[in-house]
Amino acid sequence: MARSRVQLTRVARAEERAAWLFLAPSLVLFAIFTAIPVISAFFISFTQWNLFNEVTWVGLGNYIALAGDEIFAKVLGNTAYFVLVSVPVQIVLALLCALVLNRGIKGQTFFRVVYFLPVVTSTIAAALVWAWLFNSNFGLINAALSLVGVTDLPKWMGSTRWAMPAIIIVSIWQNLGYAMVLFLAGLQNIGKDVHDAAALDGATGWDRFWHITLPLLSPTTFFVLVISIIGSFQVFELVLVMTKAGPANATNTLVYYIYQNGFQFYQMGYASAAAMLLFLIVLAFTLVQYKLQRRWVHYG
Amino acid sequence: MGKTATDWLLFVVLLIGALLMSGPFVWMIATSFKPAADVFQFPPTLFTADPQVENYVRIFSTISFGRAMANSLVVSVLVTLLQLVTCSMAAYAFACLRFRGRELLFLIYLAALMVPSQVTLIPNFILIKSLGWIDTYQGLILPYAFSSFGTFLLRQYLKSIPAELLEAARIDGASHAQIYLTIVLPLAKPALGALAIFTFVAQWNNFLWPLITTTKPDMQVAIVALATLQGQYNTDWPLLMTGSVIAIVPVLLVFVFGNRAFIAGLTTGAFGGR
Repeated sequence: MARSRVQLTRVARAEERAAWLFLAPSLVLFAIFTAIPVISAFFISFTQWNLFNEVTWVGLGNYIALAGDEIFAKVLGNTAYFVLVSVPVQIVLALLCALVLNRGIKGQTFFRVVYFLPVVTSTIAAALVWAWLFNSNFGLINAALSLVGVTDLPKWMGSTRWAMPAIIIVSIWQNLGYAMVLFLAGLQNIGKDVHDAAALDGATGWDRFWHITLPLLSPTTFFVLVISIIGSFQVFELVLVMTKAGPANATNTLVYYIYQNGFQFYQMGYASAAAMLLFLIVLAFTLVQYKLQRRWVHYG
Repeated sequence: MGKTATDWLLFVVLLIGALLMSGPFVWMIATSFKPAADVFQFPPTLFTADPQVENYVRIFSTISFGRAMANSLVVSVLVTLLQLVTCSMAAYAFACLRFRGRELLFLIYLAALMVPSQVTLIPNFILIKSLGWIDTYQGLILPYAFSSFGTFLLRQYLKSIPAELLEAARIDGASHAQIYLTIVLPLAKPALGALAIFTFVAQWNNFLWPLITTTKPDMQVAIVALATLQGQYNTDWPLLMTGSVIAIVPVLLVFVFGNRAFIAGLTTGAFGGR
């Protein structure tokens, strides 16, 4: 009896040693490129540093400067505008597409692939073709608008009013397919027998949608909402290619501002402080959603 | 309205949607064959009367786009292979082995998924710069050699392997390395395939990191070269569209052949952890 326990601990110890050996490569890489950088970013945000001069400790200086920075206030407003418009529109459209595709319509594989293509396309390449489509003088979109009789054609990326909507349209086009695929997978998790039972009970299509499909789908909706919000707070490549944050900072967003300060003005401390705020905002949104989910998410 | 009538109506709506979704691709390809002067016609036409294949030659001679495509391929393939190794090893430990601190470490790896990549961008840039790794392959590749997402995805899959199977192998005297190589990896092929396609696509399209860690045209990846092209030839739309077409072809090919595995990977990420 005593002997077998000794053997057991020896086996357990060998297993433990094996586990750490298997983990070693990931631990080293995780420490160097994720864990230590996250902690460093926190400290760098309390310094002033342009990579060449000495590092100066400024305490909360960068955060105080951000609070009084008029462009940063505008950047936050622009980012909120982008998130608040693109996320709901994208989610509703994706859900509608998924519901229609889930009916077993002919050609659904074809549609699924076509709607998903923008997701795997490089955002830079997508932004380039859309910049060309939105070109206010020679672009296809204004040509189509003038064809249907619009005389006061928007200047799109050249206008403070229309530049952000143009970026939002491209973002929805690019991310719609991802949310749609997640909704489709969620819908397929809801068994057909649930619907059949409800139909036998005399529930109409709308009743079934509101009282069965939507509640049973709510874990998926929750997940899509969380990752869409996290993703849209990080909009960057569309801005870089389509507007370079212009005109007059009308499309400057959080990540673009971090990029500008860090890699164009070489203000590492200031950029890190903005990055920490981005982290806090994303974290706060996610936590609030986890708190609120109890009210509307139903786990089966 | 009967079921068939509704279905027909929805089919037409989906078809219009498909036109809107694929329109930019069609426009991209059509423009890539236009002569430079053609694009300043108003209203624009879809097809040019005088198609030019010349743009596809010009792009490789005006900038080192061929080299950039090769760089993208090298970086994306190596990152994919490295992640398959590091993530599957970590996933094996998390899913099949018992050790103290397992739950805590897994939670730390998962928590990293919450951190926006822009937070680690500046410290990593400083690290790579101080190592003298700007304009090197190791600078482009190593920061992506491991991912929490990949570990999570594979762990979910490995958890479905029956414990008795691994236990039996151990009683037969197989070492952990043997079990990992001869039992676990072959069984995990579908999940490894999904991760491979997902990683390749994400890495090919990765932009900000290669943008800031390369300065020489010879070390640029295709997507960065494309953005640079925009700065140099910002009104040469046929050339820009040619570059875009070439830069997205490898990913579209991978996606068309592996779209089932790709989507399976994405949805595992979504539903596996519930």
